[in-house]
Amino acid sequence: MPDLTELTVAEIRNGVAGGEFKATEVAEAFNANVAAAQAALNAFIVATPEKALEAAASVDADRAAGKPLGKLAGVPIGMKDLFCTKGVQTTAASHILEGFKPEYESSVSQRLWDAGAGMLGKLNLDQFAMGSSNETSYFGNVISPWKRNDGGPDGKNWAALAPGGSSGGSSAAVSARLCPAATGTDTGGSIRQPAAFTGISGIKPTYGRCSRWGIVAFASSLDQAGPMARDVRDCAIMLEVMAGFDAKDSTSLDMPVPAWEAGLSADLKGKKVGIPREYRLDGMDADVAKSWENGIAWLKDAGAEVVDISLPHTKYALPCYYIIAPAEASSNLARYDGVRYGLRDLPDGAGLQDMYAATRAAGFGAEVKRRILIGTYVLSAGFYDAYYTQAQKVRTLISRDFTEAFKSCDVILAPTAPSAAFALGEKSADPLEMYLNDVFSVPASLAGLPAMSVPAGLNREGLPLGLQLIGRPFDEQGVLNAGLAIEQRAGFTAKPDRWW
Amino acid sequence: MSVDTATVAKIAALARLKVSEEELAAMVPELNGILAWVEQLGEVDVSGAEPMTAVIENHLRLREDVINADPLTGGGKRDAVLANAPAAEHGFFGVPKVIE
Repeated sequence: MPDLTELTVAEIRNGVAGGEFKATEVAEAFNANVAAAQAALNAFIVATPEKALEAAASVDADRAAGKPLGKLAGVPIGMKDLFCTKGVQTTAASHILEGFKPEYESSVSQRLWDAGAGMLGKLNLDQFAMGSSNETSYFGNVISPWKRNDGGPDGKNWAALAPGGSSGGSSAAVSARLCPAATGTDTGGSIRQPAAFTGISGIKPTYGRCSRWGIVAFASSLDQAGPMARDVRDCAIMLEVMAGFDAKDSTSLDMPVPAWEAGLSADLKGKKVGIPREYRLDGMDADVAKSWENGIAWLKDAGAEVVDISLPHTKYALPCYYIIAPAEASSNLARYDGVRYGLRDLPDGAGLQDMYAATRAAGFGAEVKRRILIGTYVLSAGFYDAYYTQAQKVRTLISRDFTEAFKSCDVILAPTAPSAAFALGEKSADPLEMYLNDVFSVPASLAGLPAMSVPAGLNREGLPLGLQLIGRPFDEQGVLNAGLAIEQRAGFTAKPDRWW
Repeated sequence: MSVDTATVAKIAALARLKVSEEELAAMVPELNGILAWVEQLGEVDVSGAEPMTAVIENHLRLREDVINADPLTGGGKRDAVLANAPAAEHGFFGVPKVIE
């Protein structure tokens, strides 16, 4: 039998359906990998091996009985701990939600279980999905399975690396073969940047494709769920299951879900790929620039025509995001009050207002507090127009830039992140420096566009680099197909050595 | 615009966040750094641009005007609603005394 944990989602699905191995064998193999890596990588907040086995046993029984199998029958997955899972602790990696066991299941996770997937556990993340390195989790940092290949003269380069954020548990787990696929959520790059840092693929669909019902809210106008997996096909398979109309989310798109897997084609003849000149930053990392050049050559080789495009408001996307996202977060996180769920801190003799303030002070981490304060400030009387209204106008201009650009191209190619993974602690002292890591991913989020990261190769330190594809609204297929064309030509087979 | 200690204390009170003097002192320069950076948005010519309201065109739906149309989000869920409350009592959320 092959090492089941080296198989892709498609291979597991086909192997289970074809009787080559049992779903329970797959679940056992991944459960073992999860347990063996937990101490070193800290990718999971809670492991649920029994859930994975239970779902697998049900699939095996259905197959034995000759019943039809779901699209993900026998595939065990990791669930970012931002999705509410009935009866299983859901924390958003925060202290304030520690011990919270939802009474209901998020729409996206329910769709996955209905398709025959099983849950290996709840994956670690940045607290309330606020972070780019998974260093803000109350439950500790996630450690990337990757290491630089050069210890450097002082040995410092062996330092533990960031798996990216906020879906850092998801990215670490998929790249370390703890799960064949995982869910992520993307508010400003939280699927794409961690995927790039760990040499895997991840797609954020058009805003509204995946229901937000039951996902702990960060910035509601930006939050989108999406899959993270080892290749483009697996992302397509997962996304087909995760996406779909849900009456319980007012911004859910009432549109059919295309058959993205069946529609995969790496033939890009007749397609135009736009290269945004404003993404070519001064002092760009040489390896990142090189991988971008490679991507252009690969897409040309796939038959696409490459055109120069302009997205003039690119430099304003990050500051725009860091007004809008904290503003929405400050509003969304007002619900944590120590009354209805989660932590309560009630100092002796405290009244209701004191209890709110004490609970929130004890329950939120530093980055979450920082964003709540920024958000509260930019929404406060006298400052609302100068900050928030101005940011929403700039957001309109950023969205308009993309609409204009898509008149002359079908898909946009850019790097996913400005560098490969950095060391833990390297950027955590300065919030602004951390925010700059989202420079290439935030514009597509502000415009609600489908965007994907695929592995493009290794840099000179042996660390993965990702390339990003951004598409028109609803054109996930175009994004996936261009991603597939890169995947086939990049020949990315590197994986982290198992040091844990 | 920059914020001083008193302003940050006021924002923290509005956001119902208890902060110590030391935390306040550390937050003032951090918030000023972030605010100074986001203020570059002021230089953008936004004439003719309406503030974004919906990033993808969509329309708000009304649900069927039927009681318990979706049993999951309909009524009759008291115990489930209270299940995670830190101090549920007698079928209610318990809070400290609010009447003097």
